[in-house]
Amino acid sequence: MQQTRAVEFGTGLFVLLGLAALFFLTTQTTGNNAFSSGETYEVQAYFENVGSLKNRAPVSMSGVTIGRVTAVEFDPVSLEARVTFVIEQKYDQIPDDTDAAILTSGLLGSQYIGLQAGGSETYLEDGSEIDLPFTQSAIVLENLISKYLFSAGGEDDDE
Amino acid sequence: MNDATDNLIEIRDLDYTRGRRQIFRGLNITIKRGQITAIMGPSGTGKTTLLSLITRQLRPDRGSIVVDGIDVSALNQKELYRFRRRFGMLFQNGALLTDLSVFENVAFPLREHTKLPNRLIRHIVLTKLHAVGLRGAADMMPSELSGGMARRIALARAMVMDPDILIYDEPFVGLDPISMGVIVRLVRQMNDALGISSILVSHDVQEIAAVADCSYLIADGKVAASGSPDELSNTSSEVVKQFMHGMADGPVAFHYAAPNYAEQLLGRDVE
Amino acid sequence: MFRELYYTFVEFLRTFGALQLFFLRLLSHSPYIIVRRFGLVVHQVHNAGALSLVIIMVCGLFVGGVLGLQGYSNLSKFNAEDAVGAVAALGLIKELGPVITALLFSGRAGTALASEIGLMKATDQLSAMEMMAISPMQRVLVPRFLGGVISMPLLAAVFTVVGLFGAHLVGVTLLGVDAGAFWAQMQNAVEPGDVYEGIIKSTVFGVVASLLAVWEGYNAIPTAEGVGRATTRTVVITAISILILDFMITAISI
Repeated sequence: MQQTRAVEFGTGLFVLLGLAALFFLTTQTTGNNAFSSGETYEVQAYFENVGSLKNRAPVSMSGVTIGRVTAVEFDPVSLEARVTFVIEQKYDQIPDDTDAAILTSGLLGSQYIGLQAGGSETYLEDGSEIDLPFTQSAIVLENLISKYLFSAGGEDDDE
Repeated sequence: MNDATDNLIEIRDLDYTRGRRQIFRGLNITIKRGQITAIMGPSGTGKTTLLSLITRQLRPDRGSIVVDGIDVSALNQKELYRFRRRFGMLFQNGALLTDLSVFENVAFPLREHTKLPNRLIRHIVLTKLHAVGLRGAADMMPSELSGGMARRIALARAMVMDPDILIYDEPFVGLDPISMGVIVRLVRQMNDALGISSILVSHDVQEIAAVADCSYLIADGKVAASGSPDELSNTSSEVVKQFMHGMADGPVAFHYAAPNYAEQLLGRDVE
Repeated sequence: MFRELYYTFVEFLRTFGALQLFFLRLLSHSPYIIVRRFGLVVHQVHNAGALSLVIIMVCGLFVGGVLGLQGYSNLSKFNAEDAVGAVAALGLIKELGPVITALLFSGRAGTALASEIGLMKATDQLSAMEMMAISPMQRVLVPRFLGGVISMPLLAAVFTVVGLFGAHLVGVTLLGVDAGAFWAQMQNAVEPGDVYEGIIKSTVFGVVASLLAVWEGYNAIPTAEGVGRATTRTVVITAISILILDFMITAISI
């Protein structure tokens, strides 16, 4: 009888430990819970080129993460990339002429959206859109290089 | 139960082949109700195989095995398990479950097949353990038992469901004379006191002479001789004589089949 | 030569088919055991899982620590030491956790299962059960199989978390990476899909490792030598199967 109790106790402890570990993995190692609890509002921005921006990339303002990208799609009407992201409800006083740029963290780091506040007195709200003059596409390394090469080549021809 | 006949098990024209070896060809055995029947034979004649065939752990190639009016080969899985509950079997080395105590080993069939309350199970198990004289070993583990004790515990377990037929597979092998005597006594006691039938597979001639009512000698896939032990030892058949008196050479040759000795030594058959 | 190859191939297919049928039999008996005899399964979760816990935790700690060291020394060349958490977490969650746990499981619990069942067969215990009209399939094989299947994902999760702790110990405590950056980078890099991939892998590995251990034990030649060989085969075949399956699952999920 004593032995059975020890077995049951050990098994219970083991299963509990395993479940706790699973819970830890699903909640603490992934970033998806950061905004799942709080209230958010949704904003869409149109870019010429989103580079390698991915779902759940951070949206930051002055270096502080205030939201996350929820969708990156191609809009067949405007022929541009449409990026949907959510911003935490407590940041509800962001001017609606704010610039959105796709930036890269570090030289080879992942891409994120950086917001640069404008001067408008009306604020971004659920369903707002940020359109082309106010968005800045991702810098694609290949484009940059080919631009440089072609302009250099043009100069060669001139000489 | 059908008392019209006192033939409990009838084996007719049994053929069985394992691999390329034909183990039985046309075997006929009748086992009588309420008796101790011994099945003897040199090692490798398939005595244990015969037990497996009777309890349908194996299926024969040809022939019929009828136990108490039931054709064994016609049973489906469920009927087979119900059929097997009428048997108690004692394996060569006891086959106790190593992770259970002696008590739990004997209680095992009860716990699996019945919903008896713990108190009643305890009562039954201790009674059976007492019958084999090992009530005091109830709390030991199988690894702590001697060979003879393990076999007695296994006997208690085989009896715990009150079977009609008890089967002993080589119950005397590797025991000291005292343990052997104990087992012989138990076999006789169980059979007579509980009114069951026993089948005993062995090649220990003296023990069988002491305990069996009837014995069969199997050689070469057939019954070579049958009758009471006394009849067997006074027979004129060469095979039976060789076996009963333990002679090294005879119809069962000392030499395993081999090429001609002289030729092989001189290397003439090597080409 | 070709004839031999042909027979080997036929024999392989026959064994493989028999294994599938054996698997189906295990599955078909599982619901009954889960509902009516769960105590037997609990006992086997203890044998396969709880008793493997110590070796899993020790190995996890050191594997995590090595990831921390390697990650740090390589990432510091790019001034990206902060990413050591991300590197360790992705490696542990997606690959090392499930795979190493499965390999350790087959070495610790799989061999124990195979030799236990093989010995039960060699000492007639399985035949004795048959003769007591108790199905060894239900009483012996299915609970052991289910115990392994339940234990594996839990063991892999424990391994991974202890590994993360080990990486933290080396990266943050020893080498001075900022703790906040360590966890933030990890949370940025790891997606729920990665965690699910790890869980799916360890579940599949649990089924395969338990199935092979039970199968090898049940089909062992009932002698001392046969049981020994079955134990060895369990480890070898399980390791090969798990590494092949790992590649296949990774290829599918990318």
